Amino acid sequence: MAADMGGSYGSTLRYKSVERMKPFGKHSLLGASGEISDFQEILHYLDELILYDNMWDDGNSLGPKEVHNYLTRVMYNRRNKFNPLWNSLVLGGVKNGNKYLGTVSMIGVNFEDNHVATGFGNHLARPILRQEWHENLSFEDGVKLLEKCMHVLLYRDRSAVNKLQIAKITKEGVTIHQPYSLKTYWEVSAFENPAQGAIGSW
Amino acid sequence: MFRNQYDTDVTTWSPAGRLFQVEYAMEAVKQGSAAIGLRSKTHVVLGCVNKANSELSSHQKKIFKVDDHIGVAIAGLTADGRVLSRYMRNECINYSFTYESPLPVGRLVVQLADKAQVCTQRSWKRPYGVGLLVAGLDESGAHLYYNCPSGNYFEYQAFAIGSRSQAAKTYLERRFENFTDSSRDDLVKDAITAIRETLQGETLKSSICTIAVVGVGEPFHVLDQGTVQQIIDTFEIAAEQEDPATEPDAATGQEAATEQGTAADQGGSTDEGAAPMDI
Repeated sequence: MAADMGGSYGSTLRYKSVERMKPFGKHSLLGASGEISDFQEILHYLDELILYDNMWDDGNSLGPKEVHNYLTRVMYNRRNKFNPLWNSLVLGGVKNGNKYLGTVSMIGVNFEDNHVATGFGNHLARPILRQEWHENLSFEDGVKLLEKCMHVLLYRDRSAVNKLQIAKITKEGVTIHQPYSLKTYWEVSAFENPAQGAIGSW
Repeated sequence: MFRNQYDTDVTTWSPAGRLFQVEYAMEAVKQGSAAIGLRSKTHVVLGCVNKANSELSSHQKKIFKVDDHIGVAIAGLTADGRVLSRYMRNECINYSFTYESPLPVGRLVVQLADKAQVCTQRSWKRPYGVGLLVAGLDESGAHLYYNCPSGNYFEYQAFAIGSRSQAAKTYLERRFENFTDSSRDDLVKDAITAIRETLQGETLKSSICTIAVVGVGEPFHVLDQGTVQQIIDTFEIAAEQEDPATEPDAATGQEAATEQGTAADQGGSTDEGAAPMDI
């Protein structure tokens, strides 16, 4: 999973080091777009859920599929009360060797797929993924593919910030890598002398 | 146990540290007709003896499907059993709805036990008078649990409860080490044989017993009478061919001999085996 570290305040790019992906439980990772405070609230709900799950102390543990459905119920119920949690969530995990990737929106729409995205990612990244995703991607190739998508988003989405993290979930557990930046290229000739072909003062 | 001054209330301890009402509730379980359960690595089989009030009435339902992966057999106050089954079904449905996953058997059993415990610590309640054999499948494998009116629960490889269950327990104790690797069909045969032990002389026919199975790839379901009668017939034929002295239940060798006689008379006719009225 990849996410940049931008936290917007309306149209201002106010916070540049927000971790929008968090691991929870033994098997899963949650990534979110939207309202950061609501994301923190959701993490709080999940902490409680995992706590009660552990308190049973019976060897059973909630896997990513169960948590995904729990979150769907939460999001949908809030939507019905006209008080949504303003987030789009991506939930991934590996349990007993089974991989799971799903998404829930703020109105409770949920589904699983081989690749999911939130916000502009749906329009800019998913077409790339549809073309280039295949089942046997190695981790390195997967990262390259995600970086390609993040590149497009960085160039084209004004709320994107050039500082991103990659998260990896395997049966061994979850690792979120250190943040890094993408190399961008701005030496496009149209930017060199923008006023050149313009009539008038700008 | 005899009546004494500490047994009126469930909230009264005896000087010896016993709660007599709870123990009396466990007695109620022993009065009910027998129920047995056994499991292998991949399957769990439940069986029970059908008791009917009279020849005119139907027999009581003692095996309940709780979910596709869990079933329960009860012994004791069947009304209490019915109520608890409804509770279990509700819990399973709610869990499935929230998590889209089957409720792990171990959790359901703890919830049931906690529910039973409440009734041992309220002056306005009485303990449930029913013992439950919970059979289920989850991620960690096949499980068989026994839930007591006392609020305790135990996991078993095989167990029997109800009247004359000791005979079945003895049979199961002798054979349980083989159950883990048993095939599904052998497990069912062992279940029917265990039931036969509790009948002690009565002819074994499919109208007297109910068998249910749950396993990997096999949702919980009750076997229909025809199938059960077929299995009974197959091993009664085998028993005829076997030397009675080499039969595993040597103690009941005598009983088996008399049964063979009646089995020969009956042949495999299910008409005689069917109850006067079958719902």
